[in-house]
Amino acid sequence: MSNNGSAVSIKEQNKSAASSLMKKNIRKFMNNRLALFGLIVIVVMTVACVAGAIVGVDYNTPNPTILKQAPSSEHIFGTDTIGRDLFARVLYGGCYSILIGVFCSVLSSVIGAVLGAIAGYFGGKVDSLIIRISEIFQAFPQLVLVMMLVALMNKRGLGNLLFIFVVTGWMTTFRMVRNEFMSLKTETYVKVCEAFGMSKSSIMFKQILPNVMSPIIVSTTTNVAFFILQEAALSFIGLGVADSTPTWGNILNAAKSVSVVTNQWWIWVFPGLAISLFVLAINFFGDGLRDVLDPKQQ
Amino acid sequence: MEKDNREVIFDIKNLQTWFPIKKGMMKKTVGHVKAVDDVSLKVYRGETLGIVGESGCGKSTFGKSIMCLERPTGGQVLFNYGGEFKDITKFNKEEMFEFRKKVQMVFQDPYSALNPKKKIYTSFEEPLKVHGISSQEEREKMMSDVLKMVNIQPDYLMRYPHEFSGGQRQRLCIARALEVRPEVLVCDEPVSALDVSIQAQVLNLMKEIQKDMNLTYLFIAHDLSVVQYMSDRIVVMYLGKIVEIADSRALYDEPLHPYTQALLSAIPVPDIHQTKKRQVLEGEVPSPINKPSGCAFHNRCPRCMDICKTEDPALYNYDGKDHCVACHLYRNDAK
Repeated sequence: MSNNGSAVSIKEQNKSAASSLMKKNIRKFMNNRLALFGLIVIVVMTVACVAGAIVGVDYNTPNPTILKQAPSSEHIFGTDTIGRDLFARVLYGGCYSILIGVFCSVLSSVIGAVLGAIAGYFGGKVDSLIIRISEIFQAFPQLVLVMMLVALMNKRGLGNLLFIFVVTGWMTTFRMVRNEFMSLKTETYVKVCEAFGMSKSSIMFKQILPNVMSPIIVSTTTNVAFFILQEAALSFIGLGVADSTPTWGNILNAAKSVSVVTNQWWIWVFPGLAISLFVLAINFFGDGLRDVLDPKQQ
Repeated sequence: MEKDNREVIFDIKNLQTWFPIKKGMMKKTVGHVKAVDDVSLKVYRGETLGIVGESGCGKSTFGKSIMCLERPTGGQVLFNYGGEFKDITKFNKEEMFEFRKKVQMVFQDPYSALNPKKKIYTSFEEPLKVHGISSQEEREKMMSDVLKMVNIQPDYLMRYPHEFSGGQRQRLCIARALEVRPEVLVCDEPVSALDVSIQAQVLNLMKEIQKDMNLTYLFIAHDLSVVQYMSDRIVVMYLGKIVEIADSRALYDEPLHPYTQALLSAIPVPDIHQTKKRQVLEGEVPSPINKPSGCAFHNRCPRCMDICKTEDPALYNYDGKDHCVACHLYRNDAK
């Protein structure tokens, strides 16, 4: 009976200690104005985009009677070259851009973390093999890869882009995780776990990985911004997502001609603003996260 | 000769741990670091066996080798499973996993021995989970039992390692090692990272625990006074080999090997009137890659003879009991 009592108390105290650490971190984050601003902008923009998509704004029906109209109370961002409402397109495009950014950065971080853990922990031949593979991927220019895939699949599409971004994007996380593992595997607690007979995978992923988690989270957030920019760049030159799907980059693509750039500023300013604001917000947020999570600053 | 009624728990035969040195593009093995080279000895149940030597003499590697944390390259390590001796170097995965419960280790650096991202509770719980204690109630009972032994309150379990001092951390490490009820505890310089005042506290605690649990200690240290305080028997190592084994008292009263004599003369004596002559060894420890021919110690030995340069001395029994020494000065036929 008394055992049972102490068991409950140990566990409960456990929880309160954890939540107090959490609270401390949240307070620290809240004190960072820029990071808070970043977080708010990210949340507001994401919610707006998702809400727009759920409501089902009409982004795709061209209306020949309202070509290239400047912003007005009816079309607050104006209309594009074939008479589609830009506000609806920016909202809908945001969903795709954010989806691409988040999906690619999370997946490439997972791949990078797993490969980095294996390479760093085992070292030796496994390590040099994975390093060589990552170098091969790094040596391919992304542009050529995208062209190759478009040529092979014979169509442009979201899948192509996601695939290319993940395949070419995991190396930075991989290198970081590998280096961390190289230094952390010599720590005594790893030896202790070996002495207890724990399996290699549980030492790698349950013992060492939590110590590398903060830099991984930080780099994942900043990668979201990176991939959004990449998508915009590829879409702008016409190698990104198919035209029918709006993304922030695709909307910009409509503003390729000089006459549009000079005469219809709203066509490129609003999607451009959306990209810049979101990327900036993510970078602020990432910096704030780094300050909170980096144990060296605690 | 009195009858030997001590029970052997570890019987180590010709243990060898060499690390290959690889060079060049093709990773050709150009030599070996002979960290542990042909070591044979017996460890008895319930005793404290001290292992001393300079840094780099292979004492830590020896400790790791007999646990197979460092795979030995040769020799046998026989462990006593209730009277039956099994060679742990030939264990498969499952047998090794079971063996992990019998022998545990306390490491030198308490500051990195606890995972900084995990609460003590988690660090303590994981080994028990791994070893199949599935009920949480049972695990918590075992955890608070071992914590009681090291005088740490069980409610400290919810804390993180950085909230503890070095001495507390080392006590936590000892407690964690004891969780699985080992028979042997290999202590690799357990107090050398600690403050002197804390050292005594931890050492006394270890002695108490040994009595309570009938533990066998393998106590690796470079601090001679610490080893003397803790050990029943002492092994002196030099360049991966045993140069002298003796009862603690006998070794300090009558050191035989010139190396042991030099080591002991280096212990500071807290008495201003007693000016003991310090025997300073010349030269450096030779590299364990290219050991000197013959006796490894001959180029620094004050009593070197011709035979020492060519012939490696075996371990001679000096007094018919436990005092053994590897030196040509004490060859049985020469006596």
